[in-house]
Amino acid sequence: MKNLNKLAYALCLASALGASAAHAQNATPIRIGLPVPLTGPYGAEAKDQVRNAELAVKEFNDAGGLDGRKAELLVRDDKLNPGEAAQRALDLIEKDKVNYIVGGLSAATQLSTNNITKQRKVIYISISQSDAINEAADMSRYTFHEAFNPHMTTQALGRHLFKKGMRIAFLTADYAYGHEMARGFTAVAEEMGAKIVGEVKHPLGTSDYSIFLPRLQALKPDILIFNNFGRDNQISIKQAGEFGMKKNTQFATPVLLYTARQAAGPKVYENVIGATSYYWAIEDKSPSAKALNDHYKAAYNGAYPSDYGALAYSAVKSLLEAVKKAGTTDTEKVVDTLAALKYDTYKGPQYYRACDHQSVQSVLIIESKEADPKNPDDVFKIVDEVPPTEDILRSCAELGFK
Amino acid sequence: MDGLTLQLLGLQLFTGLALGSIYVLLAVGLSLIFGMLTVVNFAHGAFFMVGAYAGYSLYQYVPNFWLCLVAVPVVTGCIGIVVERFLVRPLYGRGIDYPLLLTFGLAYVMVELIRIQFGKQGLPVDTPESLQGAVDVFVGPFPLYRLFVIGVTALVLAALWLFIEKTSFGLVIRAGARDPVIVRVLGIDISRVWLIVFGIGTGISGLAGYLSAPMQGIAPEMGGNVLIVAFVVTVVGGMGSLTGAVVAGLLIGVVESLTAFMFPEAAKVSMFVIMAFVLLVRPLGLFGRAGLMS
Amino acid sequence: MNTRTLDMPRSRCAPLFRLIRAHRVLASLLFLVVLPWLTPNYSVATHILIFGLYALGFNLIFGYMGMLSFGHAAFLGIGAYAAGILIAQHHVIWWLAIPAAALLSAAAALVIGMLAIRTRGIYFAMVTLALSQCVYFLIYQLPASGGENGLRGVNVSEIHVLGLTFDILHPIVKYYFFFCFVAVALWLISRILASPFGHAIQAIRENETRTRACGFNVENTKLITFVLSGAFCGLAGALYAINLSSVAIETLHYETSGLVVMICLLGGMGTFFGPLIGALLFLLIQDVFTHWTEHWQLYVGCIFMFFVLFFPKGVWGTILEKLHAD
Repeated sequence: MKNLNKLAYALCLASALGASAAHAQNATPIRIGLPVPLTGPYGAEAKDQVRNAELAVKEFNDAGGLDGRKAELLVRDDKLNPGEAAQRALDLIEKDKVNYIVGGLSAATQLSTNNITKQRKVIYISISQSDAINEAADMSRYTFHEAFNPHMTTQALGRHLFKKGMRIAFLTADYAYGHEMARGFTAVAEEMGAKIVGEVKHPLGTSDYSIFLPRLQALKPDILIFNNFGRDNQISIKQAGEFGMKKNTQFATPVLLYTARQAAGPKVYENVIGATSYYWAIEDKSPSAKALNDHYKAAYNGAYPSDYGALAYSAVKSLLEAVKKAGTTDTEKVVDTLAALKYDTYKGPQYYRACDHQSVQSVLIIESKEADPKNPDDVFKIVDEVPPTEDILRSCAELGFK
Repeated sequence: MDGLTLQLLGLQLFTGLALGSIYVLLAVGLSLIFGMLTVVNFAHGAFFMVGAYAGYSLYQYVPNFWLCLVAVPVVTGCIGIVVERFLVRPLYGRGIDYPLLLTFGLAYVMVELIRIQFGKQGLPVDTPESLQGAVDVFVGPFPLYRLFVIGVTALVLAALWLFIEKTSFGLVIRAGARDPVIVRVLGIDISRVWLIVFGIGTGISGLAGYLSAPMQGIAPEMGGNVLIVAFVVTVVGGMGSLTGAVVAGLLIGVVESLTAFMFPEAAKVSMFVIMAFVLLVRPLGLFGRAGLMS
Repeated sequence: MNTRTLDMPRSRCAPLFRLIRAHRVLASLLFLVVLPWLTPNYSVATHILIFGLYALGFNLIFGYMGMLSFGHAAFLGIGAYAAGILIAQHHVIWWLAIPAAALLSAAAALVIGMLAIRTRGIYFAMVTLALSQCVYFLIYQLPASGGENGLRGVNVSEIHVLGLTFDILHPIVKYYFFFCFVAVALWLISRILASPFGHAIQAIRENETRTRACGFNVENTKLITFVLSGAFCGLAGALYAINLSSVAIETLHYETSGLVVMICLLGGMGTFFGPLIGALLFLLIQDVFTHWTEHWQLYVGCIFMFFVLFFPKGVWGTILEKLHAD
């Protein structure tokens, strides 16, 4: 009798502890770190990424979370500085004990964050362009790349634009992103039978392109591609236009940013063609896009999500989908689930390619236009939509995977 | 082929002059402030930015490019005067480091205030109608606006030269640069002179910002990018020397332009190579005077 | 006539401060030992540790020798990239890579020093700036550095010492691992400053002509100090690379040079504790404000200006002054 009592007592204690542990499990939120450059030239894009990520978290929580466990977003400022980004990643992992990290806007910050997370076996989903993050040296089991890489962008845009015999010139920002874009376009041009007649490189952060433009003008290209980003892109396109180059040359740029177009105005970007991961007008064809737009408009005063913002939405949403599907926050299981996940978060079907965890997704080709005064957000015309295909990715072997 | 290259070279030269003009305006202001007050003004780039934004704001109320052109240096200069009076003056006599430090912190504050007021994104600025288009300058078509910038710079320099060489106030400035103690002994209120000089220096910087706005748009970071160039030009020319600022500014503008033509990767570093070379050969800069600041 | 010396009130803290100054290495080490427990997170403590060393190395030239260099980021950067490339690409073990990085940095300091020492004052500052920008450019172009993408893969996750294994990925273990290096460096700097050579350095700052007249070879002293400074900054760089497992190209940018100037001035140049206190204050304030608001630059700038206006000798320097210490 005494032994039975003891046993019963032990069982009660065990179940009480177990229940409290389960209860503690229920109470611990699922923490997602979001280091983005809130200060600096891309503050606007970063803020939109925060808004979109918060929307995705809210949707997950409103739908019940993971057996009652809610998700929580920890936003940090990485100041567009890779050293700072690495420190924020360290803090998020060591102090805030996040389960996963999503973020990064420049290639350098993605790569430095990734270096930290992969060492410590934390899932990292990068939401910005970079070719290097797919390569064998940087990639890891825990690394996922939701955004495009320059290769995808250039293949999609190049196949749309280039025709046999065309003369193509580049104005390339002299850093990794610029070189990657130029390399990608050169490959497509060869494929399509177009000729690269010249490339002019400019230092990052140039504000006066008058020293480069005469050379480009002399090349007499049919298409002038601006392989740069952000302010460099805005200023170079503006000045090239002022030099009168738009008359004889089609301007193109691999990434046509929604925020840049709105900042620089219609005149600067008139007739410029580019690629993007998302433009809200696809809601006519994509139900998930409509869902995102409606939720976003309801939450943020009728505004539309931007391209980079929507990437954050997709990354967080697909991550939480994987967590829910795996039924646990355990990293190894979530990695396996996420790697195998087929998802449609905001623009159509997407999945991660096995060797490099690159998200295979559609690419939109858009052209800038004057906005309808009734709808000031309608700044782009969708010219083409390249469906998701692994064709436009670099081969696994090329990236260094066996 | 050769003719084409020569033509291009000529165009690059002109472009270098236009680029150099902005550098000259910045360096002249910096050199004046340093020569007179021995203050290394780390907020000079911030004043450049403020001038651009001041022009943008004024334009909303008075949509006349020419009126704003005159108003911007005055507005920026006044802000400079306030800064000198309340922030920089308490630090005199403590050595060169303190105003340097203070202006460093001030730059942070000014940039952030502009960000809060005008947003982080930067704003587009259009070239005024009357100055659009290109002009045939012998070697090819060259943007009219850039010629205008060269012209304005020349005018400002001429006005400054007249002011310093031909007016009595200018005499005080020259004397004060040579020996501030004696000037005080002679009964002149040197602190008022410093106030005005700081105002002129920052005013010219603001004007440079306003002039460069139609070429590159305006953004809160625009000051940081030009600050280092301004310093390099001032040092190469010789701190405290206005002739030096002009010569060095144009030299560096042209060299940067030609380097971009031939070795684009090295364009940004070309000015540092020049600076290192000049300082190793003439440690005080091209036109610098010894004893001004050691 | 009132001679006020005898009436001057002596602070009750003065004996404590004298004790601290007499055992400055011990005091610094004690402060650094407890630092991780005082800061809101471990990464800022490690950052303070590493940048404190960077500032101490810089202070040799700036505070003690009186020469303002605007190019010290070159040494931090060369140390970081050297250690990084050795560890990431050549798989050199840490206890070889770190000293190698410091030596390489010292060698660079020798070259830059030989070119720059002949200039003075603001011109010295500008020459060092120019030369460090050249270093930035050279390393940027070097394929091994990764250019704009930075150097990744500086992965030191475990160290084996005396048969024991330490997990460097653990923030506390990592901190004390770096602490060992900083402690040795601190002790060395203290010894250098206390030696006759150290006194010669300060003599040059006070009156160069007179020092020369006393028979000291001023140029050589300047050069040696510059090299030593480069070595310590290079060591800090190597630790920086291991800390973040990567090196960003921004490490070589002149902003990093400016940062160490600000730190030394804020803390109090020419004092032993000044650089550490400056690093603590600046980095901590920046960290706290970054977490709090996106407009942190506004507040940090204002606080900075406040310190400059009211603490002319830096925080530590002003404290010393107020206590009428000698």
